Amino acid sequence: MSTPLLRVEGLVAGYGRPVVGPLSLDVFPGEVVGLWGANGCGKSTLLNAIADRADLLAGRILRMPGLVIAYQAQQPIRLPSMPVTGRELLRFTGTSLQEMPAALQAVSRQRIDRLSGGQYQLLCVWAAIAGRADLILLDEPTNNLDPEREALLTEMLTPSRLARRDTSGARLLPDRGVLLVSHERRFLEDACSRMIEIA
Amino acid sequence: MSALDLVLDPLFRLPLITGMAIALVLPPIGALLLLRDEWLAALGLAHLAAASALLGLALGLPAVLGAPLGALAGGAVKSFTGARGNLAYGFMILFGWSALFLIAANTSLGATLGHALVDGQLYFAGALELIAALALAGLAAAALPRLIPLLMRARFFPHDETANRLPAHRWHLSFDLLTALAMAIGTATVGLMGAFALVLVPAWIAFRIAPGWTWTLVLCGLIGAGGYLLAYLAALTLDQPFGPVLVAALITLAATVEAGRGLIGITRARLRRKQR
Repeated sequence: MSTPLLRVEGLVAGYGRPVVGPLSLDVFPGEVVGLWGANGCGKSTLLNAIADRADLLAGRILRMPGLVIAYQAQQPIRLPSMPVTGRELLRFTGTSLQEMPAALQAVSRQRIDRLSGGQYQLLCVWAAIAGRADLILLDEPTNNLDPEREALLTEMLTPSRLARRDTSGARLLPDRGVLLVSHERRFLEDACSRMIEIA
Repeated sequence: MSALDLVLDPLFRLPLITGMAIALVLPPIGALLLLRDEWLAALGLAHLAAASALLGLALGLPAVLGAPLGALAGGAVKSFTGARGNLAYGFMILFGWSALFLIAANTSLGATLGHALVDGQLYFAGALELIAALALAGLAAAALPRLIPLLMRARFFPHDETANRLPAHRWHLSFDLLTALAMAIGTATVGLMGAFALVLVPAWIAFRIAPGWTWTLVLCGLIGAGGYLLAYLAALTLDQPFGPVLVAALITLAATVEAGRGLIGITRARLRRKQR
């Protein structure tokens, strides 16, 4: 098996006091790993610990050297006034505009403060998925999404969408991974290649 | 002498160009400040700039050299302490205001010069002020295209900086220092409130009407330059202090745009009702 993008060993994490752990997991290239568990079990804290936003109280987190992370939090940043179009936002994040889903293409020239909550959520998830990151952390990405957009999100997480072209452009390389948290078991079953339950 | 003759008079050429450079630089910085919810910081930095300009004048330094010292110190302190939010900026304003008038009261310069800095002394701008304004414009033109994508990412995807252990302090500090320098040179030329108005009002108008970020920057430049020219002509023709006229001109532009938006909204609502 290839080298993991991320290895978590005996991790206990929290904010001053333990919230989650001890737990261990690996995320390999090409995988979409879902974290499942009841509210308050520490799923988001685990993502925060991986993203250096929570205290690492025990254990360790090993990243593949040079790993680039994209982290989409539960609620995307929404300001009262955002005179930025979807395309501009994607360009600022270095996200490819090619192969953007038609539903996003249709609204990408609008100001992001004129998008619905679901449209904006999906745009931010696309920025994470189609950007330069090797490991994508998604915290409750189905927030604000109706069933139609949830299906689109599932499609965005398919291995062919996640794979990147090699330097010649001829071959797709499954060299990226996704670690996502959701309280929607059915979505996780549809979207993930593997699921981990946090007690 | 007509207003146009006054504008073209060699005596007023340097002030006109100096002010125009300031009017083109401050509004795009204002757009970024508004996006970062830091527009009040500009007023704080302007007060610090005015206080240190006055202190510099007391020590024999031109205002355009004295002003950046206080503003840059304020910008650096803000960046290093991570001070954000209206409370920190409120204290910055109070400190700057207090220092400004205490320095004015306790030096031979007196309150008159203090008020001159608040009102603006654009018509006294000479070669030094012009060089400072053009250098600032060059610096902003070189720095902003690099800073904007980084600041945008930091604003909309703040966790990515932490997750990737990026040296984010570099671009936040760079922007804070650029803002401080711009506010200092702006305050020393168009005055404290004039500089603050150039930061706030064009960006506020552009945020209301621009269809995207590129247009926000274009509109900021147009409104800043247009408002400045309007104020320059009006102040000369009516023999009024430049700073207050600039603020009045920009506020009038903002009110006009808002009224126009209101009218368009009412017309659209009526049309929709007719169509039903």
